[in-house]
Amino acid sequence: MKLTFSIRGVGALLVAAALLFAPLILAEQNYLLRVLITGITYAIAVYGLNIILGFTGQLSLAHGGFFGIGVYTMGLLTTDYDWSFWSALLAAIVLTTVVGFLAGLLALRTREAYFAIFTMALGLIIYMVISRWEDVTHAYSGVLGVKLPEDIGPLDFSEPATYYYLLLVFLAAAAYVTYTLRVSNVGRRLLAIRTSEDLASSIGINVGLNKQLAFTASAGFAGLGGALFASAEGFIGPNSSSIDLTFELLMFLLVGGVATVMGPIVGTLLVLMLFEAFQDFQAYRFILLGPVIIALVIYAPQGLIGRLNQLTFYWKRRRAAAQKTAVGAPEQNSPADPHNEKTEVR
Amino acid sequence: MLMQVRGLSKTFGGLHAVEDVSFDIAEGEITAIIGPNGAGKSTLFNLITGFYRPTAGSVTFKAKDITGHPAHRTAQAGVARTFQTTKLFEHSSIAENVLAGCAAGSRSTLIDAVFRTPRHRREEKASMDKTLELLEFTGILEFKDEIAANVPHEVQKRAAVALALATEPELLLLDEPAAGITEDETARFGQLIRQIVARGVTVGLVEHKMSLIMSLADNILVLDQGRRIAWGTPEEVRSDPRVIEAYLGAGSQGSTSQEDGIQERTPGQGA
Repeated sequence: MKLTFSIRGVGALLVAAALLFAPLILAEQNYLLRVLITGITYAIAVYGLNIILGFTGQLSLAHGGFFGIGVYTMGLLTTDYDWSFWSALLAAIVLTTVVGFLAGLLALRTREAYFAIFTMALGLIIYMVISRWEDVTHAYSGVLGVKLPEDIGPLDFSEPATYYYLLLVFLAAAAYVTYTLRVSNVGRRLLAIRTSEDLASSIGINVGLNKQLAFTASAGFAGLGGALFASAEGFIGPNSSSIDLTFELLMFLLVGGVATVMGPIVGTLLVLMLFEAFQDFQAYRFILLGPVIIALVIYAPQGLIGRLNQLTFYWKRRRAAAQKTAVGAPEQNSPADPHNEKTEVR
Repeated sequence: MLMQVRGLSKTFGGLHAVEDVSFDIAEGEITAIIGPNGAGKSTLFNLITGFYRPTAGSVTFKAKDITGHPAHRTAQAGVARTFQTTKLFEHSSIAENVLAGCAAGSRSTLIDAVFRTPRHRREEKASMDKTLELLEFTGILEFKDEIAANVPHEVQKRAAVALALATEPELLLLDEPAAGITEDETARFGQLIRQIVARGVTVGLVEHKMSLIMSLADNILVLDQGRRIAWGTPEEVRSDPRVIEAYLGAGSQGSTSQEDGIQERTPGQGA
């Protein structure tokens, strides 16, 4: 097997190493570890959003709602119905995937701005149901005592660091699926749809079907993130399904970079850490964060990771071009070159 | 017959964009569709490739009825097309564009990709080989890593052809392939079209440049105001009085020779 040096690979490894060693470095700072744990559950949902928005190019504003369905499936099943964490987790994934599939059947009949409006309405409906259906969801009283995962052998998930590593496994799975999308025909079909639906269908891509699958999978990841969030927090309320959350997820993705592998996790954690750094300013922190986001949108609209990928791409190209001219200098007068004949005559 | 079109019509509101058009595309031949601006050529293209649904008539491809099939199914059946305004995945490299064409026909699912099944790896390898072969065939291999939006117009046109060929079509329909390129480039493009036919792919094209059409086409369909006004070999069409009238207007035949007359009124000439 050939081991090739790749800047992007090294970058991904650095992020992975930082995440792996974080509990050791933050051993005394449980608060920051909790922020990381919350951040990773969000990031898993952002990976979901990345499939439909990043790859397929459809702006879904229902993802806060899907996240909320995951949160409440986990929250209610493990408390009122006394299910185990693992069965509730499975139920949360299945339920959000099914809801995503059914919602997609309707939502994907619309395009562009109409799709965004439709899914925003859908997200609001989910929020309404959760915040008003008191008999089932307890509405604003919230749900207390959401279960942590049951012990597996020696692994005790009530230990934050252990739970953190469990989350990392799910996060790695989400990132791996995204990587797979980037380098496979499945992802190429989705990216084709993002660029031009007409061109995509002209080469035989079933645009409707692929969008439907992407939206369904995307909702499933949001539900997974929500279910893990509920378990990590222990106490949940309707705000975990609000439209504000949708826009936060969207911001995480745009900061990190759409259709990138590392964008969702880097964007999510970076913005959350900025939130924490500006904590003392409370509500005013958005006055500080606002310009940061605006600057980012202007100078790196493809997001941080997208911008880095672009820079490495240009750097590699320049290096390749430099090598080519160094090696190929004597061949510059190719037969196709009209000046070639003149030089021969001369 | 590879494709049979019978009585095809399309109405937009009260406008008859295409009306009762019938013609055949024979395997291994080059069929051209010509006509003045607004004659319904592009509409006809969109009808037989599934981008529009016909109001009446039928399209048969390889003895199967494909009338009204959606575009992706028509493409999967083996009809590829290019667009008048060259369409590419402009933010991707030229190679990635052609890979997208391979990806479209791929049967592997996300499950295959996640677990790297043998089918997945086989397909990835085959796609890469096919891409390189097609870039070589269309003469744009050296541009493979360039971003599609940044390469010269002629390269984009060739890349669009490579992308269409990546879907392994039996019929390739080119919508104004020579629009906006120079005479030299047009001649080279004519060469490429001959090579595509030699590869075993039947070609149909809408084109304004008569020099290209007259030297390439085996059969020509002439449309005017949505109707078929002539159908035959270049020689037959060239001397057809209705064609001359459509291009020159009645009463002006006397002033120029017929062939020059057709060229004179052709938009896009010398562009």
